[in-house]
Amino acid sequence: MQELINIFVKSIFIDNMVFAYFLGMCSYLAVSKNVKTAVGLGLAVIFVLGVTLPVNYLLFKYVLSPGALAWLNPSYANIDLNFLSFIIFIAVIASMVQLVEMVVEKFSPGLYSSLGIFLPLIAVNCAILGGSLFMQERAYETLAQATVFGLGSGFGWFLAIVALAAIREKLSYSNVPAPLRGLGITFIVVGLMGIAFMSFMGIKL
Amino acid sequence: MSNKKIFIEPLFKNNPVTVLVLGICSALAVTVKLEPALVMALSVTVVTGFSGMIVSLIRNTIPNRIRIIVQLVVVAMLVILVDQLLKAYAYEVSKQLSVFVGLIITNCIIMGRIEAFALANKPIPSLIDGLANGLGYGIILVVVAFFRELLGSGTLMGYQIIPNAIYIKNGGFYENNGLLILPPAALILVGLFIWVQRSISKELIEKK
Repeated sequence: MQELINIFVKSIFIDNMVFAYFLGMCSYLAVSKNVKTAVGLGLAVIFVLGVTLPVNYLLFKYVLSPGALAWLNPSYANIDLNFLSFIIFIAVIASMVQLVEMVVEKFSPGLYSSLGIFLPLIAVNCAILGGSLFMQERAYETLAQATVFGLGSGFGWFLAIVALAAIREKLSYSNVPAPLRGLGITFIVVGLMGIAFMSFMGIKL
Repeated sequence: MSNKKIFIEPLFKNNPVTVLVLGICSALAVTVKLEPALVMALSVTVVTGFSGMIVSLIRNTIPNRIRIIVQLVVVAMLVILVDQLLKAYAYEVSKQLSVFVGLIITNCIIMGRIEAFALANKPIPSLIDGLANGLGYGIILVVVAFFRELLGSGTLMGYQIIPNAIYIKNGGFYENNGLLILPPAALILVGLFIWVQRSISKELIEKK
């Protein structure tokens, strides 16, 4: 249990998707103009990460990793399908996003209309694929660890985008040098937020 | 639009990173050193160019509703090829790039160019457009990596550029700027780059 809490806190603050690895930057910068839409996209990211990571974990463990097919037939023990992982992961993510979209539309039209436009965007959000690739690289041991890592990274991304959206709302009232207006100052603000988040790095978990 | 114009525009005036805000995801994390940045720029250029060409070749047969998945499969296939080549011929660099090679798949430049250009144009212009956008991305990567490596570790491509004698530990006055090695410095550098670019081409300045 303590292990799981460690992974959760670590993936939110220390290994934050945005500030430590710059993942999901495109939609992070594009959809952070006001807090309300930022909350919508952030929630969608938490949800999709929480759903795709366990699925990809199971695929990795029982299909893709070296010797994983041994449960089918002992003679398959030498097969290494690792090179297929990119294509499998992205296919899972794209179809999961589609599936989630359909389920949400059917059972919760209110949530669908608020998340609607963001869901398809998420298939090409680097944070989602990045989550799966980090899961593969760091070799989490159990399904629970992988799921908690997914939820934690999603929550870290959510925090980051809501914080940036709040700052940008205030920023629109300030007098920024003309060539720096908009995109330029946003980059610098994100950089400064990243420096602030680095203070969590000293924490050993 | 002539092929030459298609090639020149994305390099500076219509740069995918600083003007269209695409592909920042993987751009920044690989710029601590110049060498991985060059490899990354080359990989993205190849993938953007050829994915544009392939999608353009089959653009009339893709059903509109599943086009995203078809595009992702084409891109993922090319990225797998690049990844395997890097593992075979440049293993050290591919270790440094770690997950970011895989993340080329979700690099918004590639999907953006396929959606905006390759789906509506012939294969050869799509190839040129893809290569040029990849190069435009590469320019930003190399500029950022140049400053980060030179000022952050005093080297370029792993060779010592700042003379050893002037470092404080050898009795001189100079010290590497540790801030530039840290991730946030890349963001601030790109912000400054945008500032310079927009001061030169005034029409890019955003309205209030």
